[in-house]
Amino acid sequence: MTRIGVVVFPGSNCDRDTLHALELAGAEALPLWHEVADLGGVAAVILPGGFAYGDYLRAGVIARFSPVMRSVAAFARDGGLVLGICNGFQVLAEAGLVPGALLRNRGLRFLGRDVLITPERLDTAFTRSVPDRHPLRMPIAHGEGCYYADEATLTRLETEGHVLFRYAQPDGRPAWTGDDDANPNGSLRGIAGVLNEAGNVAGLMPHPERASEAILGSDDGMLLIRSLVESAAERVAAGGPVAVAAG
Amino acid sequence: MTTDRQDGRLDGRPEAPGQSFRYAVNVMPKPGILDPQGRAVEQSLPHLGVEDVGLVRVGRRVELSVAAADEAGARATVDRLAAELLSNPLIETYAIELLGAVAPLEAVR
Repeated sequence: MTRIGVVVFPGSNCDRDTLHALELAGAEALPLWHEVADLGGVAAVILPGGFAYGDYLRAGVIARFSPVMRSVAAFARDGGLVLGICNGFQVLAEAGLVPGALLRNRGLRFLGRDVLITPERLDTAFTRSVPDRHPLRMPIAHGEGCYYADEATLTRLETEGHVLFRYAQPDGRPAWTGDDDANPNGSLRGIAGVLNEAGNVAGLMPHPERASEAILGSDDGMLLIRSLVESAAERVAAGGPVAVAAG
Repeated sequence: MTTDRQDGRLDGRPEAPGQSFRYAVNVMPKPGILDPQGRAVEQSLPHLGVEDVGLVRVGRRVELSVAAADEAGARATVDRLAAELLSNPLIETYAIELLGAVAPLEAVR
């Protein structure tokens, strides 16, 4: 069984949902405490949603300096699969493991509601089980989710195929900044999720684990969870990389 | 450093009292970065009957003391903290302001 770790920071609040969704997808789900550098031999790591360290100073910044994150960064540099969801995306951005930053929502309000997102690519470790580019429904729950990067970075992300998800209209058209209904936090170029350059680290603001069973109103998120589990299993079969403790 | 009370010192006070320097680090959103807090403040101004104020930007000020042999050493520490922790260089700028030399750090805790 493929072992996947979910980091638990003080203030994480989606860790259990994420562990549950991983188990539903057939993985062995392992919580990883933030003070422990040993990643327990996992084949992939998820940084879950929540408010790590109370989101003090800036969302994600204090989590970035925790012992577990030093190991996660080393794992990512070695090609290990890392997915950051919501607050986890903020942590990845603060750590420089994915490009850009998450700013305060344009409307200043915390937003908790469903959105639609379309995958820009179906050939990544995080989207391989998504059948097509139809919009996926899953919730957002954040105060700082407005994706920002400078123009040069945005253009590079687009030309190199590192935009992973965009907020979308019901018909699948992208929801640009200013479309406050479909892109409610005002993310630049409608970006809801990005990939790093090597394609092994991804972050997104919406919560796939909160849309992983029909009883939750949508199971579209399970497509992403299952993608990660399958990709991790394939990597284990191919001989790694599997995480070890940082030196 | 000793915390031995038998020699009459207070807990945590350095053996040879050094100096510490107090700074303010002012962190501001970069020009061009949307600042919804500044915009919200600006939009509230008409409610106060204020018409002649604009370009409001909201930042953050952090004050801290650094124990160091001299000001250059202390400033190097603050500079690193400001760049790596207190600000995000993608979206914010910072300015360091020396507030003065103060009592040894341990004494002010």
